[in-house]
Amino acid sequence: MSSDASHGPAGFWRRHVFSTDHKTIGIQFLFTSLVMLLFGGLLAMLIRWQLGWPGQPLPFMEKLAPDGMPGGVMVPEYFNMLFTMHGSVMIFFAIIPLLVGVFGNYLIPLKIGAGDMAFPRLNMISFWLLPPAILIVCAGFFLEGGAAASGWTAYAPLSTTLGPGQVCWIVGVIVLGTSSILGAVNYVTTVINLRAPGMSFFRLPLAIWALFITAIIVLLATPVLASVLILLLFDSTAGTSFFLPAGLIIDGVLQPNSGGQPLLWQHLFWFYSHPAVYIMILPAMGIASEILPVFSRKPLFGYHSMVYAIMAIAGLGFMVWAHHMFASGMNPALGTSFMVSTMVIAVPSAIKTFNWLGTLWRGSIRLTTPMLHALAFVSMFVIGGLTGIFAASTPVDLYLHDTYFIVGHLHYVLFGGSLFGIFAGITFWFPKMFGRMLSEPLGKLHFALTFVFFNAVMFPMFILGVAGMPRRIYDYTQYAHLAQVGGLNRMMSVAAFCLGLAQLLFIANFFWSLFRGRRAGDNPWRANTLEWATSSPPPHGNFAATPTVYHGPYEYSVPGREDDFLPQHIK
Amino acid sequence: MRVWLPEAVTTTAPEIDRLFYILLGITGAVFLLVQLTLIAFVVRYRGRPGRRAGYTHGNLTVEIVWTVIPALILVYLAVHSQHVWAKVRGAPPPPDLEVEITAEQFAWNIRYAGPDGALGSADDLLTINQLHLPVGQTVLIHLKSKDVIHSFFVPQFRVKQDAVPGLTTRLWIEATQAGQFEIACAELCGLGHYRMRGFLTLEPAEAFQQWLASQAPQAEPSEQSS
Repeated sequence: MSSDASHGPAGFWRRHVFSTDHKTIGIQFLFTSLVMLLFGGLLAMLIRWQLGWPGQPLPFMEKLAPDGMPGGVMVPEYFNMLFTMHGSVMIFFAIIPLLVGVFGNYLIPLKIGAGDMAFPRLNMISFWLLPPAILIVCAGFFLEGGAAASGWTAYAPLSTTLGPGQVCWIVGVIVLGTSSILGAVNYVTTVINLRAPGMSFFRLPLAIWALFITAIIVLLATPVLASVLILLLFDSTAGTSFFLPAGLIIDGVLQPNSGGQPLLWQHLFWFYSHPAVYIMILPAMGIASEILPVFSRKPLFGYHSMVYAIMAIAGLGFMVWAHHMFASGMNPALGTSFMVSTMVIAVPSAIKTFNWLGTLWRGSIRLTTPMLHALAFVSMFVIGGLTGIFAASTPVDLYLHDTYFIVGHLHYVLFGGSLFGIFAGITFWFPKMFGRMLSEPLGKLHFALTFVFFNAVMFPMFILGVAGMPRRIYDYTQYAHLAQVGGLNRMMSVAAFCLGLAQLLFIANFFWSLFRGRRAGDNPWRANTLEWATSSPPPHGNFAATPTVYHGPYEYSVPGREDDFLPQHIK
Repeated sequence: MRVWLPEAVTTTAPEIDRLFYILLGITGAVFLLVQLTLIAFVVRYRGRPGRRAGYTHGNLTVEIVWTVIPALILVYLAVHSQHVWAKVRGAPPPPDLEVEITAEQFAWNIRYAGPDGALGSADDLLTINQLHLPVGQTVLIHLKSKDVIHSFFVPQFRVKQDAVPGLTTRLWIEATQAGQFEIACAELCGLGHYRMRGFLTLEPAEAFQQWLASQAPQAEPSEQSS
C-alpha cells in the first residue's frame, strides 16, 4: 500500500478514466474491445440470417435498420455493409485491441518486473484514440448511403466510388492505426529498457516475446497502412489518381482520372494486412505457451526454438503478402515466389505446434477453463494452418480464392486461433486483474458450447468453398451449382445463433465473478512468472520492491524440490 | 447432387483437382496425427494425486526432425504446385479462338472477332452475359473492366481471374465436354455483385460456329432497306 500511496494519482478522473496506469489502461481496452466483440458478433448473426434464409423477413430489424432492412427484408447494399463492418469491427476493434491492447498493456510491465510502461502518457493516448476510431467507423451506419461496403479489404476502385460511410471507415482506421503505433513504441521501449535485474531476454516468458515481436511488426507495418489509407482518402475525396486508371466509367460517367493502378492498393494494403494476421496470432501463441506449462506442471518444450519460430514467422510474414493476389492479374512468376515464401512460413508454425505437444508429453495435466481454451487454441490453429496450405498452393488457390474455403480458413485462424487464445488469456489472468476467481463450472460449460458450435459453423465453410460458393454473396440461390447448399447453410446459421447465445454464459460468469467470485490470492494457479509475485490486483507501481529474477519462466516439477513450481523471483 | 467439387470440364481442371486431393491427403494425415496425439496426451498424462510431471526443456534431435520433415513435405508441395501453375498460368498454347470479355457493374460484355478474324474491328460480334465456347479448342480470353475490379469465375474450370480496370488480364482454357454452365463474379464489385451472373455454353466446334454465324448482325439488311 505504501507504493500505492506514493505513486497513485488522486481523483476519480485521473484514476479511472484518464489513467496512466498500464493495468487500468489494459482493463479499459478489455471492456471496450469486448463490447466491440459482441457488436461484431451481432453483425455476424444478421449475415447468417440472410445466408440461412435468403430474403426472409426479420420483422424487428425494420425498426433498427429501416433503410437496410425495409419490412425486415435485407437489401443487398446492407448485406455488403454487414460483412464489411463485421470484418472491420472484429479485426480492428476486437481481436487486435484484445490481444495487443489488453494483454500487451496488462502483462508486459508485470511480467518483466517493471512498475509501469516506459511512456505512460503515450499509453493513455493510445487507448483514448480507440473510442473515437470506433465512433468514426460506425458513424457510417447513420449517414446517407450507409456504412462502408467494400469489404474490410476496401479494394480500389470500388472503395473510392462509395459514399461518406466509406470515407469515415478510412479516417477511423487511420486513427486506430495511430493508436497501434503509439502502443507499439511503448511496448518495444519497455521490454528493452525496463526488465527487472536478472530478467535477461532468454528468461522472458513467451507471451512477452510474442508481444515484443508483435510490437515490432506493428511499428514496421502499420505506417504503411496509414500511408495507403491516406492515398485512398485523396482518391476518394480530392480527385487524385493513385489507384484509379484512365477511362473508368462509373455509373455511366467517364471519370477524369489517369495514371493510377488498382493493384498498387492491393500490394500496399496486404503489405500491412498480412503481417496484421501475425499481429492477431502471435500474442495468442504466446498466451498458449504461458498456459500449457502451468497446467501441465512441466517446462515449455523447446523454449529457444519457440522464440526463434516467432522471429521467423515475423520476418517471413513480411514476404508473403501477395499470396492474397494469385488471381489478381499480377505476373505469374510473382505468384511462384510468394507461394514459396508462404510454404516456408508453415515450417515455424509446425515447429510451434509440435513443441506445444511436447509440453503436454509426460505432463501432469489439469483441465481448468484456461487450459481447455489453450488446448482448443492448439487444436483449431492446426486446422487454420493446414487449410492455409491449400490457399498457398497457387493452382488450388485459383479455384478456392474468394470462396467460403477462405472464409473458413480465416475463421479457424482468427476465431479458432486468436479468440480461443483470448478466452484462455482472460480466464487465466482474470484472477490477477480483478482479485477474484471465475466460476469453473460456468467457464467449462461456456468453453464446451463455444467449441462445439464454433466448429459447427465454421467447418462446413470448407465444404461450401470446395463446392464453389463465393464469399460476399448476398443470394447464392440463383446459381445452379449451389442448388444443394441451402440445407448446410441453414444448419450453420442455427449453430451460429447458438454460438452467440453461448457467449451469454461468458458475460454472466464475468460479471458474477467480478463481484461474487472466490478471492483469488496472489498466485491461484501456482505459476512462476512475476505477475503472480504481487497481490491480485497489483497495486499502483506493481511491486512493493523491484523483484530480482533467478530462473527462466517455466521451472515446473524441478527434481528434488518439494513444490512443483519455482517462481522466477525465488532463489 | 452432393456438396463437393463440381464437375471438371477443362484439360487443366483435373490436374488442379489431383493436386487438391494430394493436399487433402497430406493435410488430413497431419490433422489426424496432431489431433489424436493431443487427445492421447491429455488422456494419458491427466494429472493424478501423487504423480509428478517429467522435467525436460526439450530435445535438439526431435526439434531437428520436426523441422526437417515438414520442410521436405512443403518443398514437395511447392514443386508440384509450381508444375501445375506453370501449365495453367504460364505462356498459353497457340489459341484457336480469342475472346474479349469486358466486365462492368453488373454484366459481362463478350466480344468475338467477326468475319475479318480480328478482335477490336468494326465487324466484331457482341453478346451480353452469353458466352459460347467450342469444346476441344484452345481459347484465350482477354479480360478487361470498365469500372471496378471483377473476377471471372467458372467453378467447373477451377480457375478465376480478376478483371482489373486499366489492365488486360488473360486466361486460357481448353474445354473437354459440352454443357451449360454459369459465370460468377468472384470479386466484390458493388450492390449487384451477387447477381453478376453470366451463362456459358460449351458445345462442339461445329455447333459453336453455327451459333457464332447466327450472331452476325442480321439487323444490317433491314437497316439498309429502311
